[in-house]
Amino acid sequence: MSDAIVSIRNVTKSFGGGITAVDRVSLDIAQNEFFALLGPSGCGKTTLLRMISGLETPTSGQIIIAGEDMAFTPPNKRPTNMVFQSYAVFPHMTVEQNVAYGLKVTGVPGDEIRRRVGEALEMVKLTQLATRKPDQMSGGQRQRVALARALVKRPKVLLLDEPLSALDAKLRDDMRLELTRLQETVGITFIIVTHDQDEALSMASRIAVMDRGSVQQVASPAELYEHPRTRFVADFIGKVNLIDARVHRQIGRKIDCEVRGVGRMELLSDGLVGAQVAIAVRPEKLKIASQEPSSAIRVMGKVRHVAYFGDTSHVVIEAADGLSLSVNVQNESRHGGSGVERGQPVWVHWSPEDSIVLTE
Amino acid sequence: MDNWKQNPRVFWTLGLPPSIWLLLFFIIPLGFLFVMSFSDKAVIDGQISINEYDYLTGFSNYIRAVDPLYLTIMWKSIWISALATALCLVVAYPIAFGICFAPNRWKPLLLLLVVLPFWINLLIRTYALIAVFRTRGYVNEVLGLVGLGPFEMLYNDFAVIFGLVYVYMPFMVLPLYATIERLDKSFLEASLDLGASQFQTFLRVTVPLTMPGIISGVILVFIPCLGTFLTPELLGGANAIMIGNVIERQFKAANDWPFGAALSFLLMYATFGALALRYLFTLRSKGVGV
Repeated sequence: MSDAIVSIRNVTKSFGGGITAVDRVSLDIAQNEFFALLGPSGCGKTTLLRMISGLETPTSGQIIIAGEDMAFTPPNKRPTNMVFQSYAVFPHMTVEQNVAYGLKVTGVPGDEIRRRVGEALEMVKLTQLATRKPDQMSGGQRQRVALARALVKRPKVLLLDEPLSALDAKLRDDMRLELTRLQETVGITFIIVTHDQDEALSMASRIAVMDRGSVQQVASPAELYEHPRTRFVADFIGKVNLIDARVHRQIGRKIDCEVRGVGRMELLSDGLVGAQVAIAVRPEKLKIASQEPSSAIRVMGKVRHVAYFGDTSHVVIEAADGLSLSVNVQNESRHGGSGVERGQPVWVHWSPEDSIVLTE
Repeated sequence: MDNWKQNPRVFWTLGLPPSIWLLLFFIIPLGFLFVMSFSDKAVIDGQISINEYDYLTGFSNYIRAVDPLYLTIMWKSIWISALATALCLVVAYPIAFGICFAPNRWKPLLLLLVVLPFWINLLIRTYALIAVFRTRGYVNEVLGLVGLGPFEMLYNDFAVIFGLVYVYMPFMVLPLYATIERLDKSFLEASLDLGASQFQTFLRVTVPLTMPGIISGVILVFIPCLGTFLTPELLGGANAIMIGNVIERQFKAANDWPFGAALSFLLMYATFGALALRYLFTLRSKGVGV
């Protein structure tokens, strides 16, 4: 990518005791992108973010920010600013002093500091609280201070470490919209670290899914959801039915495979003869029928569990060969809910094109 | 003891013995000294008695205590203590900081090294310093190898200050360590991230946020320094006398308990002043509490 503002090349970070937190990661993050590093805790996403900020140095590899390799540049010499998970708003300074801090220590003239701090506080709607101390503020307000304090520096890249994790559910939704709005207003590249797939899917334009120190897939939210490349990604992003399958032969661009509990079928994929693969199907792509459907993929089973969620019901169906399938049913009518009940024999069917063949 | 109201019996059982102890061996003797400071030795048959007193005769002891002779000694005690405390702070801060940022498995050992001198009697430690600093001591021997000295390092203010710094250093390191250890390191990272240099971060973030530890350490060192008598007695010689020595002499050699008591209480008021100052500081700063 030619317009990459941050280019991570083959970066590895090992800690003492043979722990490799980040393992040969390469990523390009474009100008003005809202990029998310998503993964379970311990996957190395925060370490990677800290290496971009300069708070950690890589064991090997390059971190190119705005065209310059900054892998070993200290944090105070980088055009990046960070919003810490704990916010790290200085408790001995007022809101104003906190926001002014980064300008003051770099020798920005006083009247410019005042103007820029005023603008930044307005942007995060904290003008009224300018003279408050952090201990007189809520978590959400402190986070806004942290945001203003970073944005006032006009960084090329804003780094956010789990920015919503400490907020309660309602505030989290508001802040999601707020962050997206801010990113559009200031036009700065945002890199956010999160373990929450909803957060990443709803805010980011592109997501890197990480697991055990390496990047599994980098794609847009829809692409990740509909075209996961690995079992891990399919399982981590949203809910999924993963069904074991064995490939028998290749017919043109399709594979002929034996799917556990379902039978033989042909699916789009190639070069896997003899391999053990997984078929991934999202629960909302599965349909339930009481009569034998005409779909190419259908399986007979028994309803084992129904969970009612208002708009949808989650139905678990047990089929032959120990196969268990989760189905999301839209509760379209006000009467009858999912239309099935426990113990009822049903057919589950889906279209071959909703089946994703996963080899890794 | 959050629920002492629910368990008053447990509370009283645990709380009573130490309370009685404090009352018997601290409050009552202190009250006795307080009364003593307003008393005079009894005059019996025109002779000043050795162990009889006329109680609550007035302020004569305090009037004696503000004599320029004693005020000079008091002032000298204050500045020697202040200087020793400042030196303690300057030396202890990097030590405490270093321990906090040392690998976790090293911390207990390093802290042990800090408190290790406590295991040796103060008198012995002070005599050891004499061996180090005397004219034919270790320092002068080493300096002699490169053709310097010998220097007179004992029996002056330098020796007293050095001795005080040496003896009271752990009292400075420990509260500093406790505060720095609890300081959220992301404050320091945030400061660096916002463009501040390491030095700016230290001055504008680390020091203000560890101020409660600094104040605790300063008080813990300054107060015992002010009342010390052993260190100036052994290292200071005749001309490095401090107020603690004067008080000690009133109670022992001069056998003038009323005057000694008055001096003690003046010293205690100075201490209260220092504590009040600390209270004002903690009200103002919103850093990490100790």
